[in-house]
Amino acid sequence: MLEIISDYWVYFLIGQYPNGPLGGLVLTLLLASCGLVLALPLGIVLGLARVSPWRWLRWPVTGFVFVVRGLPLLMVIFWAYFFLPSVTGVKTDQFTTMLIALVVFDAAYLAEIVRAGIQGLPRGQMETARALGLDYGRAMRLVVLPQALRSMLPSLVNQFVSTIKETSLGYIIGLAEVSFIATQINTQVFTKPAQIYLILGLTYFILCFGLSRFAYWLERRLARRGMSVANPASAPKVSA
Amino acid sequence: MPLFDYSLLLTGKYHDMLVAGLLLSLQLLAASLVLALPIAMVVALLRLSPLAPLRWLGFAYVETIRNIPLLAHMLFWYFGAPELLPEGIKQWLYAGHIEAYSAIIALSLYTAAFMAEDIRSGIRAIPTVQFEAGRALGFGFLGTMRRVVLPQALRVTVPPLISQTLSLWKNTSIATVIGVAELMYQAGQVESATFRSFESFAFASAAYLTVSLAITGLATWYHHRFPVRTI
Repeated sequence: MLEIISDYWVYFLIGQYPNGPLGGLVLTLLLASCGLVLALPLGIVLGLARVSPWRWLRWPVTGFVFVVRGLPLLMVIFWAYFFLPSVTGVKTDQFTTMLIALVVFDAAYLAEIVRAGIQGLPRGQMETARALGLDYGRAMRLVVLPQALRSMLPSLVNQFVSTIKETSLGYIIGLAEVSFIATQINTQVFTKPAQIYLILGLTYFILCFGLSRFAYWLERRLARRGMSVANPASAPKVSA
Repeated sequence: MPLFDYSLLLTGKYHDMLVAGLLLSLQLLAASLVLALPIAMVVALLRLSPLAPLRWLGFAYVETIRNIPLLAHMLFWYFGAPELLPEGIKQWLYAGHIEAYSAIIALSLYTAAFMAEDIRSGIRAIPTVQFEAGRALGFGFLGTMRRVVLPQALRVTVPPLISQTLSLWKNTSIATVIGVAELMYQAGQVESATFRSFESFAFASAAYLTVSLAITGLATWYHHRFPVRTI
């Protein structure tokens, strides 16, 4: 096992880079980070649409969220892989395909997190803001959303863990992320598949376990500082 | 060539392939669910055990499984694990449907880790005084469990278990990676044989969505039939 690590660790981490495309664990992390960063604003917009008082906005978005959440990610990847080239006219590379699939998929899940965050706030927050003379948009932006987003922080870290796990599906369209690289190493070494996939599993575990512990710590810290929505009395002052 | 060719999906070889894929996906779902529930129950009990080493064992199981993507589990159980077995068993395995067995093992172990957490929190949600009150009224241990604790715990536990079943249904698609001829795999096969990507993916999407919405519907029905009572 140690022999495999000492022989292949560079390949495992960065793939063929700099003599070829970037790959391995670095690509996994890059993809997950880009995916979450791009999906977050989209997820907030979709989440706001899910709780909006306007039916013509709420219904189509609700339909979209239900469809995406009812499909496996693999299906979304297949659609992106097949649709993107025919829509854009250029052959999109695996990274772009995977990134778009991840953004669409994660945005639907984040929309539900945002919705739960907003609906978890006491109704009085919105009503007070409206009574103070703010319109719906400003009340949402200045009063409700900042509190909802703060209570969402641990969920966001957990979503990042999910996204890291989801990038492994890039394997199926030949994206050189860490699972794909592990399989490449497996074909080169050939005799030690169990060890190689144990190393792969361990790598994911260290990364994801660390992050989910961080989410847990964050949750307790936010609760202790009285910044969770459970304690609206200590919600931050808002300058209207 | 028409834009959308229904005939491809309604009859013929490709229709049969896609339907066979759907049936295999449903079989994967059923087999994994049947295996995952008892494992989840045992792991949940381990995590609630008064003995620290057993609790640690349960914790290690849940965290190890949950923090590794299902794809890596599949690859390990398909490529890695059989190599560790003695030659005779290995030959026997490779003669059969090893990819399906590997997929079922990976899916059940993975789902069990998530379900164990749901079962654990369901049981923990029932205050211990409920149990004590049952005993005080003269019920035996099993009577108290059956009449007082479990009916309340199940109401809390079933909805998250249904949503784990939904995840399991979507996760069966990942078995395509190790060559199990389920719905996703067959859709890919039909696509490469006919170049009718839209039709084959539309069939697969509609099938996944139908089952997903049916499971969601089941959850909604359960929620109305057995609303959570505040204790």
